[in-house]
Amino acid sequence: MAHDAPESLSSVQLAAIQRHLTTGRGALTRRSLLRAGGVGALTFGGFAALTGCGIPAAKKDAKGSGGDPDYSAKEKELVFSNWTEYMDVTDDGKHYPTLEEFTRRTGIKVTYKTDINDNNEFFGKIQPQLAAGQDIGRDIIVLTDWLVGRIIGLGWAQTLDASLMPHAYANLIDPFRAPDWDPGRAHSYPWAGIPTVIAYNVKATGGRKVDSVSQLLDDPKLKGRVAFLTEMRDTMGMTLLDMGKAPETFTTDDYDAAVARLQKGVDSHQIRRFAGNDYTSDLDKGDIAACLAWAGDIVQLQAENPAVRYAIPKTGYMISSDNMMVPAKSRHRSNAERLMDYYYEPPAAAKLAEYINYVCPCDNVKPELAKLDKDAANNVLIIPDAKMQAASHNFRSLSNKEDTALEQKFSRLIGA
Amino acid sequence: MTATTAPPDAPPVTGGEPPRRRAFRRGRLVPYWLLLPGILWLIVFFLVPLVYQASTSVQTGSLENGFQVTWHFQTYWDALQQYYPQFLRSLLYAAVATLLCLVVGYPLAYLIAFRAGRHRNLLLVLVIAPFFTSFLIRTLAWKTILADGGPVVGFLSSAHILDITAALGWTSGHRVLATPLAVVTGLTYNFLPFMILPLYTSLERIDHRLHEAAGDLYATPWTTFRKVTFPMSLPGVVSGTLLTFIPSSGDYVNAQLLGSADTKMIGSVIQSQFLTVLDYPTAAALSFILMAVVLFVVTFYIRRAGTEELL
Repeated sequence: MAHDAPESLSSVQLAAIQRHLTTGRGALTRRSLLRAGGVGALTFGGFAALTGCGIPAAKKDAKGSGGDPDYSAKEKELVFSNWTEYMDVTDDGKHYPTLEEFTRRTGIKVTYKTDINDNNEFFGKIQPQLAAGQDIGRDIIVLTDWLVGRIIGLGWAQTLDASLMPHAYANLIDPFRAPDWDPGRAHSYPWAGIPTVIAYNVKATGGRKVDSVSQLLDDPKLKGRVAFLTEMRDTMGMTLLDMGKAPETFTTDDYDAAVARLQKGVDSHQIRRFAGNDYTSDLDKGDIAACLAWAGDIVQLQAENPAVRYAIPKTGYMISSDNMMVPAKSRHRSNAERLMDYYYEPPAAAKLAEYINYVCPCDNVKPELAKLDKDAANNVLIIPDAKMQAASHNFRSLSNKEDTALEQKFSRLIGA
Repeated sequence: MTATTAPPDAPPVTGGEPPRRRAFRRGRLVPYWLLLPGILWLIVFFLVPLVYQASTSVQTGSLENGFQVTWHFQTYWDALQQYYPQFLRSLLYAAVATLLCLVVGYPLAYLIAFRAGRHRNLLLVLVIAPFFTSFLIRTLAWKTILADGGPVVGFLSSAHILDITAALGWTSGHRVLATPLAVVTGLTYNFLPFMILPLYTSLERIDHRLHEAAGDLYATPWTTFRKVTFPMSLPGVVSGTLLTFIPSSGDYVNAQLLGSADTKMIGSVIQSQFLTVLDYPTAAALSFILMAVVLFVVTFYIRRAGTEELL
């Protein structure tokens, strides 16, 4: 009686069971299904899945050009990822003159992508592949120095052969020659230099000049109309300089003191906000009267708004750079080296500098640039003179652990 | 009970039965087939990332040495302790923005549902029209609207409204940008259509004759609204508030563009922990805490509102 084999059920019983499952209390509703499924998944699969995930340690074996095969001789091609507006382009937006010249001369076809908008986001995108030892499908990427330093430290950059890059080796300007994060420029070459300066809108300041971080933080006339940058190294570096500390050698105590100084400005509402690229429109309108700014932006803003001025603090200024590098496992290292070298030939460098308005990292460009654009050639924000070069400072490189600690303090300062 | 005791009224098994049963069985599977794309989608884009993040939140390590699961639940407590102000702020801003959306959106939805006549479709399109441009552009536009020297701030300032909001701590000095008010305004604007559309659908369903009946029974327009229209629009109110509250509590764009250092919401913290600080476990833990908090608030709210049909 108690041992009913399923095949001995009558059709009515089957129907009853079906009814029970579809309409009665035991009905398989969406909610009970979700509940059962959720609980089941969490209890059985969940814990196993949780332990299964994890991020592998950085692979150190990628270091060195010997480690990664180079297919440049067979494949005359190259994928180049860069930031937007970072390459000379014709007015119709269809041609990149300097790149096309490179292809004409070398026969190397360049696929140019402008898919880098943010260092952190781009790193987030490529990090899993690099960590897994995969080719990210790009032969040159352009990233800001601290991130290139991190990638080199993680062993995810290929070593460049200086003998294949005579122009780059000879023409690199002094401020970029010996970064502590890439000694001897073994893995990277600058695409452009980015000075951080103080910018102000004379209409908003009532004709006053603003030329120091101290003034940004203490001048009551600027209250609530001052902005700093969300880029930790630029804001902290400029503040450290203002406090008489060198960004190349500062200690944790110096850093904490600088954070405390800025925190006072946040608490008293002297500082309006910490801004990314969007500070330019605020400065243009005058909502921000004075701020830290990237020189290239100021060169562009000044062309449209003569009220925008800039100043180099007496204590010096920070310069960072965006650098070309070849990611581990990329297939076309020597093609990439040829392209990097090409942009260190003064004619190509001059055409590029004329378009992008940032510091040209190539020496002896001034006469070439003067032929194209006299003003640009005389602008120390594009072709820095000896005095400008001497006043520049670099943020010292940080270990990953220290980087996280300092970014943590900084992100607390800016509220996130 | 065995097969032998089957009631006599059982339909006899005839030759016509098997095809019918097959059809029945096929029919029974149809809902599952229909669910399949949705379930697959949810597994790949919701469940898998969720499990991955849950795992990340109990890992420890560094980028150099990799991250391993060590069941370090302390991360949750640390994250909560350190970032509870941002949590509270997010909930407060989202709640205020939701309330403002309701206050602004209800009359508008009412007008479109009952008074717009042949302009109804046009008005609906206008409600959705801002969605044709990007979220970022719309938020940036508010920087122009609320600019320090702009007409809006000029008016608010000369009408002494800014003095009141400044006293309440919602603005500071004679400006709106980079203050809590600007962030809440941005949230309200950006999520307003999510409030209007559900309100409109539930209002539009109300039978006009009910209004006439209320009038026939000598109800004043206000009483009609209170006793008939509003209760019947409650499902719209509940889903509208949910659709506004949930995304705005996790938003970080408005806080970043329109706010300042002391108006950052929890979304900004999660973003910066993930992308800048590279503290993946804390970021994942914060995401889970946010999810739990929102689920808790929403569950409580739905229990109170009692609109179970929404789930």
